[in-house]
Amino acid sequence: MGNKQTTFTEEQLEAYQVMLESEEQRLHGRFRELAPHLVPLDYTNNPDVKVPLTLIVTMPELKENPFRERIVETFSEDGQGNLSFNDFVDMFSALCEASPRELKTIYAFKIYDFNRDNFICKEDMEKTLNKLTKGDLTAEEVALVCNKAIEEADLDGDSKLSFADFENMISKAPDFLR
Amino acid sequence: AKNGIIVLKRPLGTSSDSNSDSDEEEDSMSEGEMARLMEEVEEKKKLIATIRNKPWRMKRRLVLLREAQQFVDKFEGALGKGKGRKWYAYKVMMTKKWIKFQRDFENFRTACIPWERKIKEVESHFGSSVASYFIFLRWMYGMNLVLFGLTFGLVVMPEVLMGLPYGSIPRKTVPRAEQDTAQDYSVLMDFNGYCKYSVLFYGYYNNQRTIGLLKFRLPLAYLMVGLGTFGYSLMLVIRTMAKNADVGGGDGDEGEFTFAWKMFTSWDYLIGNAETADNKYASITTSFKESIVDEQENQKDENIHLRRFLRVLANFLITCSLGGSGYLIYFVVKRSQEFANRDDLSWYEKNELELIMSLLGLVCPPLFETIAELEDYHPRIALKWQLGRIFALFLGNLYTFLFALFDEVNTKLEEEGSIKNASIWAMKEYYANFSLPVNDSDATPPPMDPGDVILGPCWETAVGIEFVKLTVSDIQVTYLTILIGDFARAVIVRFLNYCWCWDLEAGFPSYGEFDISGNVLGLVFNQGMIWMGAFYAPGLVGINVLRLLSSMYYQCWAVMATNVPHERVFKASKSNNFYMGLLLLVLFLSLLPVVYTIMSLPPSFDCGPFSGKEKMFDVIMETIDLDLPAFMGTLFSYAANPGLIIPAVLLMVLAIYYLNSTSEAYQNANMELKKKMQMVSKRICGVPSDEDFNQEEPKKQHRQHQPGDEGPGGPAAQSLPGPARPAGAWLVSSRASCRCGTPETGTDQPPALSLWSEQRNPRSLKENRPRPEAEPPGRVLTCRKT
Repeated sequence: MGNKQTTFTEEQLEAYQVMLESEEQRLHGRFRELAPHLVPLDYTNNPDVKVPLTLIVTMPELKENPFRERIVETFSEDGQGNLSFNDFVDMFSALCEASPRELKTIYAFKIYDFNRDNFICKEDMEKTLNKLTKGDLTAEEVALVCNKAIEEADLDGDSKLSFADFENMISKAPDFLR
Repeated sequence: AKNGIIVLKRPLGTSSDSNSDSDEEEDSMSEGEMARLMEEVEEKKKLIATIRNKPWRMKRRLVLLREAQQFVDKFEGALGKGKGRKWYAYKVMMTKKWIKFQRDFENFRTACIPWERKIKEVESHFGSSVASYFIFLRWMYGMNLVLFGLTFGLVVMPEVLMGLPYGSIPRKTVPRAEQDTAQDYSVLMDFNGYCKYSVLFYGYYNNQRTIGLLKFRLPLAYLMVGLGTFGYSLMLVIRTMAKNADVGGGDGDEGEFTFAWKMFTSWDYLIGNAETADNKYASITTSFKESIVDEQENQKDENIHLRRFLRVLANFLITCSLGGSGYLIYFVVKRSQEFANRDDLSWYEKNELELIMSLLGLVCPPLFETIAELEDYHPRIALKWQLGRIFALFLGNLYTFLFALFDEVNTKLEEEGSIKNASIWAMKEYYANFSLPVNDSDATPPPMDPGDVILGPCWETAVGIEFVKLTVSDIQVTYLTILIGDFARAVIVRFLNYCWCWDLEAGFPSYGEFDISGNVLGLVFNQGMIWMGAFYAPGLVGINVLRLLSSMYYQCWAVMATNVPHERVFKASKSNNFYMGLLLLVLFLSLLPVVYTIMSLPPSFDCGPFSGKEKMFDVIMETIDLDLPAFMGTLFSYAANPGLIIPAVLLMVLAIYYLNSTSEAYQNANMELKKKMQMVSKRICGVPSDEDFNQEEPKKQHRQHQPGDEGPGGPAAQSLPGPARPAGAWLVSSRASCRCGTPETGTDQPPALSLWSEQRNPRSLKENRPRPEAEPPGRVLTCRKT
């Protein structure tokens, strides 16, 4: 107990084949420091522990991000933002630099889809915009921007963005790498 | 994953956590079942390899992964037949080990990248545009390290280890007249004295054809390394450019998705600092407002004549200052030539040239910026102009410096003729006056002491010294600027703020921002000087390596401690080739003088590895004649025939033209395909097709998009002639035609240049800047009054 090397069994490490043992330890350390009383040191028995949303958004990488709640909610199983360690690893491996562009596109779509209806509709966009500008734009400016964005990206003409529209638009963006 | 496949006897050597299926007959597998089994295994393997790309939950991934691995383990080894099975199992195991080794090596390599943590820290505080400067610096460091290795290993080390030691021949010895002062600090700082007669400079190297036991051909190595430096740098720069162009993934049409991109891709997920985040919010808001205003405003300018006049005036002023700076440098170089003949020089007079050049580099860019306010361009275009002007300034300065230097070289060459005669005469005198100690007429006089031999004015070493002095003063000025301009300023603002009438932190002068373009250009031109000078001063590359190393630490510290994030925080687009293109241009421009001197100027008669030859590249001819077999000599002489070279050049020109036209054709095909895709996708989604009306016509019509314009039906009727079309089709035509921005302001997305920083428009931003509330933790010097 307390020895770092007994945190995970060999098989678990093999299974998390996306990364090295040391990275895994580090992630586990990060996960644990969010809620030391909840997260056990020893993961060999796959305990079912979830850390709530309010604790996760205090992480320095997420703290300043306007979409932090949405990100955490997207990766959580229950949609409320409570992450188990598996979900935690998921989140980091999707957001890291090495993860492929298609994966990021899929997750970005889920993040921006606030009401989770698999479409980015005008309300979703308004919420996005308000989070981005911290409410600095007037209502008509917000409406204008949302209309323009839908006009630009919507291909099938239903005034909301399906995943195909979103992907088409994002795949051409030179900046979409983070 | 258990299909109805015949279970085989479990072969040896495979890992197994599958349940024990009993041994059955293995020979009764038919060909078809084998093939199917192989296919299954391949599929599972592919799944294992790509599982991290699937957007599934971790649990699901783990379960599938386990199943797939079990399946592969169980049946893979079984696929080998009979005797080949052991070999197959062995092969599989080796493949697995190899893959694991590759993965570990890859991880190790990533961990080895130097300064990664430092750069990430800078990135989270300042955004990715500032961090991209440091990444560029790191790349330069790597390139210089390789160049240093080449020079050091192939030129310096052989001469030091296998060549003659210091003091043995005239070129390696400080002349007697200078020997008293050779160790003085001031003389060494000027790179005279012991410095001048050391491996740092061209003049030290001996012209022996082969040296040492291994018959190392030093002069040939010197020439090859000099040219190889350029070749390697060229290859590296072009490879990086190609890689960047690749990663960018081709460019979409400019301005196609302006608002959508702004909304979904403008946030920089790497920002982890509250103050930077505040700035980012402000800049996003401003950028939205700008686009909105662009969208709404009228395109006509009020007074186009005034604007044109102002622009012409601004360009005229700037050309004047460029010309002025060029003349100033020429004048100073001439003066320094006069100074060279005098002995009583103050420190200023000795270093005047370098000081003036560095100061010009400091003073002119802000001057250009202020003059450019007259022009009133869109900020992005203004940035392009600014960078172009700074580039012209540096280029002009460098080349003026070079021309003045060439004047000096020619003077030295003339001088050489007379010194040559003088030294031969002195040698004859010495032997004539030698008196025998004993009455022994057979004794030969000892050779003249090397310190007494009159040395020629070795012009190559003089040029090398000039370049080294220039580099060193450039380094000093840069470091001093950071120290005074950033550090002292920050200290003053922080501590004087308590007792000053106005808020120093918010108003003038406040803390500095990191000047990305200035720094990058400085780096590029420094590298140009290194490339030019490395042939004449092999030690220069080593100096540069040290400079880049210390720069990295020093500037990282300075940025974190004394700079604030930009008001407009912009992301660096990875598909940027602008600075690489600049580097390439500078590389070519610095190649020219060196190649010219190699080809046409005669080397000094008594110093350097080419002394005694007519032209420097004669050493290659010599090698071909003496060292290579005879037929190669004839081969080369055929190849050097103009009759062969001119057709080769013609062929290359034609090839370039051909590749250019095919690439244009591909681009056109690309556009057509994109349009087709759009049409097809619309057709699939049920939008009525637009084959009935002319696609071309709507493009020419220019629509203004009014705010609050909701439905598609309204404007369509006014702007487009032709048959009445259903509402949905309006979306098609509007997309095809309506990039309503003006040529100047509408396109906010220049993939080539949106990179490092933006000139901020001081007028529009000051009002929008929010006051940050909380004090950012962990900062050394900056703190805000709450």
